[in-house]
Amino acid sequence: MLQQSARDFLNRQAPVKHLRSLRDAGGSKGFSREVWAEMSALGWPAMAIPEEYDGLGFGFTGMGIVLQETGRTLTPCPLLSSAMMAAAAIVHAGDDAQKSTLLPGIASGEALVTLAFDEHTHHRPGQVAATAKRTAGGFCISGHKRFVLDGAMSDQLIVSARTDDRVPDGRGISLFIVPATASGITITPCQVLDTHVLADITLDDVRLPAAALLGAENEGLAILEYALDAGRIGQSAELLGVALEAFERSIAYLKERKQFGVPIGSFQALQHRAAVLFGELELCKSLVLNALHRLDSDANEIAATASMTKAKVVETASKATAEAIQWHGGIGMTDDFDIGFFYKRARILETMLGDRYFHLDRFARQHGY
Amino acid sequence: MTQPKDFRTQGRAWLENNCPADMRSPLQTEADLCWGGRRFRFQSADQETWLRNMAEKGWTAPGWPREYGGGGLDQEHLKILQEEMHRIGARAPLYSFGISMIGPALLKYGSEKLKQQHLPPIVRGEIRWAQGYSEPNAGSDLASLQARLEDRGDHYVLNGSKIWTSYGDLGDWMFCLVRSDSEAPKHGGISLVLFDMATPGVSTRPIRLISGKSPFTETFFDNARVEKDQVVGELNNGWTVAKYLLTHEREMIGGSGLRPSGEEPLGRIAARVLGLESGQLANPMLRGDIARLEIDSEALGLTMQRARDEVKAGASLGATSSVFKYIGTELNMRRQELLMAIHGLASLDWSGPDSAAGRLPRAWLRSRGNSIEGGTSEIQLNIIAKHILGLP
Ligand SMILES: Cc1cc2nc3c(=O)[nH]c(=O)nc-3n(C[C@H](O)[C@H](O)[C@H](O)COP(=O)(O)OP(=O)(O)OC[C@H]3O[C@@H](n4cnc5c(N)ncnc54)[C@H](O)[C@@H]3O)c2cc1C
Repeated sequence: MLQQSARDFLNRQAPVKHLRSLRDAGGSKGFSREVWAEMSALGWPAMAIPEEYDGLGFGFTGMGIVLQETGRTLTPCPLLSSAMMAAAAIVHAGDDAQKSTLLPGIASGEALVTLAFDEHTHHRPGQVAATAKRTAGGFCISGHKRFVLDGAMSDQLIVSARTDDRVPDGRGISLFIVPATASGITITPCQVLDTHVLADITLDDVRLPAAALLGAENEGLAILEYALDAGRIGQSAELLGVALEAFERSIAYLKERKQFGVPIGSFQALQHRAAVLFGELELCKSLVLNALHRLDSDANEIAATASMTKAKVVETASKATAEAIQWHGGIGMTDDFDIGFFYKRARILETMLGDRYFHLDRFARQHGY
Repeated sequence: MTQPKDFRTQGRAWLENNCPADMRSPLQTEADLCWGGRRFRFQSADQETWLRNMAEKGWTAPGWPREYGGGGLDQEHLKILQEEMHRIGARAPLYSFGISMIGPALLKYGSEKLKQQHLPPIVRGEIRWAQGYSEPNAGSDLASLQARLEDRGDHYVLNGSKIWTSYGDLGDWMFCLVRSDSEAPKHGGISLVLFDMATPGVSTRPIRLISGKSPFTETFFDNARVEKDQVVGELNNGWTVAKYLLTHEREMIGGSGLRPSGEEPLGRIAARVLGLESGQLANPMLRGDIARLEIDSEALGLTMQRARDEVKAGASLGATSSVFKYIGTELNMRRQELLMAIHGLASLDWSGPDSAAGRLPRAWLRSRGNSIEGGTSEIQLNIIAKHILGLP
């Protein structure tokens, strides 16, 4: 039911044409505030937020179903950054004051919160050079965060910074809730492949009260990893939608396009590849559902699940969207035709929060080999 | 012909003196490619000098006969020239559909007049050629093409359209596959004709690619005049010529699987960008994929060379060109995927100041066309199965 209503809404209000018009309009808005307000009215950002903080308390499974649908229409929106990842961090580690200040705003869609963690051109959340020094009233943060998803549109940032540089390997990192308008913050948007806007954020002696600390001091990396894993699972749901839609559009084309007097779908060279891909996509569906359920039930054990899911879904989505172009022939390479947008989105989702190599490696490490 | 050993010594010295230093660095952007033609604007004086020097020696088309402006080199000498150019990282002086496509077809099937008229300007990079093969309903099934050539006594007229014409808006002349006899069986009534794209009745409309660039066009013919002496080979025998031309195109495209002259090996790029831990890339999966690509690419280079050694300079590789087209394009696509992975988040930058206007993601997107242009991968595999393996 949720899936059908999400699909109906997106096909009506924000189909691929919507992405195209945002892209053509240029500028660095990233997504449409109007469409976001309508999504919010449907309760989408409230999905994974507990009822006591004005959420719907449906958990992440419902969110995953919606993300799969936004993947099908490639609708840009801050569900993943704010309502999934930032919400996960706050629900998981926030104190009551933080939860009651931030979560209702995220749930209503009026406030956007995003995580700012990457500092390198590669996803390495454990490598943090930004520092947070204790001051009389709290902390003072300096550092440089890069490729922050929806970073130019968010009201609050959850920033990772080093609070203790004597301990290596992850410990000694803390998370801070930082208003995007705090003095000392400079935000530079960067347009990527489709309409996504990633921000480059520098923090220069940003002063924060002690209450800005999210979770225990020096224990921020575990919280961050949990929120990132939630994000990776959300991405997998979205990627699954991207892949399924590209696949279904291509199957329709195989039935329609004729060469040599017959539909190209009658060539076994294409039939077998479509059949193989169908099986792979079935595997991905199971992985995504499993990961969403695990996220809702067993929050502490999701690292290997998240990496397993993302690694497999990324490889399949990358394959499905590349095949989609190939099966369309010349027209698949044109900008006027929509299929290329799926290929681009799959790449963005792969690259953010760890690509296939990152997750294959992480999965192996999680299993001790 | 000069003894190979002397040729190497002389060639090396000549290249030393005649290849400007700027032309010995890897290509940075598309604009670094020299395509020649009436509308081409040279990036630099060095680019122009390099073309002129090479063209004077005939080394823009080193395997073509001297009488048509080529270098007249045999396979052994060609190889030496290539090695010597590679040694100093010299860029190709000219990228040209004239050299890789229509030239070889003219050499084999063209009348003496057509050879004299068209080959020397190709060698000099004066005329840029466009390929008019595909139509909206004739892609893989090329022989079902409909553009119609009609006899008007002392000339022909052409009506219809082509699609996916690479650089259609920059081409000076077109080699175009047309239906010259609509009564004949599908493959029988086809001719390959040549005409100036400035001819009245020829027009183009740009088509934008997923990379955001518009390197190809739709091309329309509205009673465009074609001269009678501009048919390559015999009238209605164009399918044979067209297929022969495709084998050269496919060999050329197959070359995209090789590391371009002067470009850093992928593994070295990865080491520079990602850094090493205890002498190796930290991620073993990425490391494995890079090694696999480098090995395949090396193997392709050796195999293309071996195949070339077995035929005369300038001759066609026949159906073997489909093997190279398929493998070469697969490799280039893998290479672009790996480059994206190597550059990580920075690879997504579409237009930022650090991204050279999104060079990396645009090249990655463009490479998807490799397995479509020049006949799709599926068509190449069909050709290999049928014409090399003899499968029924
Ligand atoms: C970047 C680029 C540049 C190009 N430049 C030029 C140019 O300069 N001049 C020019 O004339 N053309 C050019 N082309 C066109 C190119 O040659 C055609 O796109 C190509 O031949 C495929 O035709 P199509 O697009 O109609 O696809 P289709 O033929 O419709 O193919 C669709 C799909 O069906 C598959 N298929 C078709 N038949 C079979 C079969 N028998 N068995 C198995 N699978 C099959 C194809 O492989 C493909 O995956 C260019 C194309 C691209 C992408």
